[in-house]
Amino acid sequence: MGFLSRRQALGALGGAAAVVAGRTLTGWAQASDPIVAGRPLVRYPQKTDLILLTSRPPQLETPMKWFDRAITPNEAFFVRYHVFPIPTRVDLTTWRLRVGGHVDRPLELSMDELKAKFAAVSVTAVNQCSGNSRGRFAPRVLGGQWGDGAMGNAEWVGCRLRDLLTAAGVRQGAVEVTFDGLDKPAFGSVPDFVKSLSLGRVLDDGNVIVAYQMNGAPLPMLNGFPARLIVPGWYATYWVKNLSDIIVVDRPFEQFWMKPAYRIPDTPCGCVEPGTAPKATVPINRMTVRSFLTSPEPGTRLAGGRQAMLKGIAFDGGYGIREVEISDDGGTTWRRAALGRDLGPYSFREWSAAWTPPRSGAAKVMVRAFNRIGESQGTEPLWNPAGYLRNVIESVEYQVS
Amino acid sequence: MATLVRTIICAVVLLAGAASAEEITLPSDHPDGTLKPGPGSEVAQRSCALCHSTDYIVMQPPGDQKQWDGVVTKMIKVFGAPLSDADAKAVAEYLARQYGR
Repeated sequence: MGFLSRRQALGALGGAAAVVAGRTLTGWAQASDPIVAGRPLVRYPQKTDLILLTSRPPQLETPMKWFDRAITPNEAFFVRYHVFPIPTRVDLTTWRLRVGGHVDRPLELSMDELKAKFAAVSVTAVNQCSGNSRGRFAPRVLGGQWGDGAMGNAEWVGCRLRDLLTAAGVRQGAVEVTFDGLDKPAFGSVPDFVKSLSLGRVLDDGNVIVAYQMNGAPLPMLNGFPARLIVPGWYATYWVKNLSDIIVVDRPFEQFWMKPAYRIPDTPCGCVEPGTAPKATVPINRMTVRSFLTSPEPGTRLAGGRQAMLKGIAFDGGYGIREVEISDDGGTTWRRAALGRDLGPYSFREWSAAWTPPRSGAAKVMVRAFNRIGESQGTEPLWNPAGYLRNVIESVEYQVS
Repeated sequence: MATLVRTIICAVVLLAGAASAEEITLPSDHPDGTLKPGPGSEVAQRSCALCHSTDYIVMQPPGDQKQWDGVVTKMIKVFGAPLSDADAKAVAEYLARQYGR
């Protein structure tokens, strides 16, 4: 079974109670990554084995093996909720998407109306948690201690947010739009999870959609059934799940989840000197450039002198990946990788590179990407108190024999 | 054959249900997230688990009394956790003792 020793006592219990109310305990993450190694692997409804971060509300991380391809399957897509309870049952005969607030004609749309009255558009886009890789921050910071798997890429189909707003008739003086879902805290004192975007942000971008389809299927409940907001290029905090209410407002919306939560330092890098506090903050927004080497998996034993094919994915905040490079000499020299099919500027971009490991010993391969405006990744990790925006150059070690 | 017919009927019923409503059942809190035993563990488990599973705590970086005082204060002030002053102090002290540096 290979469970880690500190899990062995619990392993015996787990074997006896392998199926517990919708969860199959399937073992523990075996990754060489110390952040996720030893965490429970769990199987939630409509999901395959994912790494458990928290049970209630559920936060589930995608094992890195799923990022050897551009599209993340729905069953492997990560899960992150903020408040509890979360919706576990949605009846489409009664579900309605409301568009209201500072508008002339408030809407209440059934799923059938949403599909019939508004043009369907498709966008392939990366959904990444603001705090992805937070567990690697040094000095460490409070918050969900994610490894690198709080991300995924899917083809989303739905209607344009701006078409909905046009139909509702946005009034003069409107400045922002708020988004609320069916997840409602049990106690009135807990701030409901509501997010906002500026009106300009959503009117200028026809790729901001209300998606009711994910990779050709309805969204899994835990990824936002029956509809979620898609904000390509921006962090997942704005991609409100189980969407129910879109409200146009005539003043900035500054409730807890917009302020003070989900803020980054108001500096060009969104970072500050490690261990210090920012003087001013702004809401988190566009994603930084990242790239990962995912195949062969880290720690794999490779034959020295025999060519191997390295593969992985790269993405950015919506300009598109221009180039991916690898280095096996600690970053002294870099070599260009081949890019896979272009699924649009918001998508994971697959890359591959033939590489011949040295004769023996450990080998380390680094990977970095550049987007189309020249942004890249740093050799030193950036730092901020909330553990956001991580995009340091990643490296993978192999055993060569 | 009877089994096949029954299977088809079941499938039709499921599809009819799936057309209008989607439903899942969530598991209970995972035992890995249970707080360590020790003085104050009961009040901590009870107070924290009111709103969230305690794996939220177990995974955090170890911290001194200042860190855990800050966390407990945030839970009360921002999220309205219903703790008496005495319980808040007991929980923060327990956390610093069991999840300290």
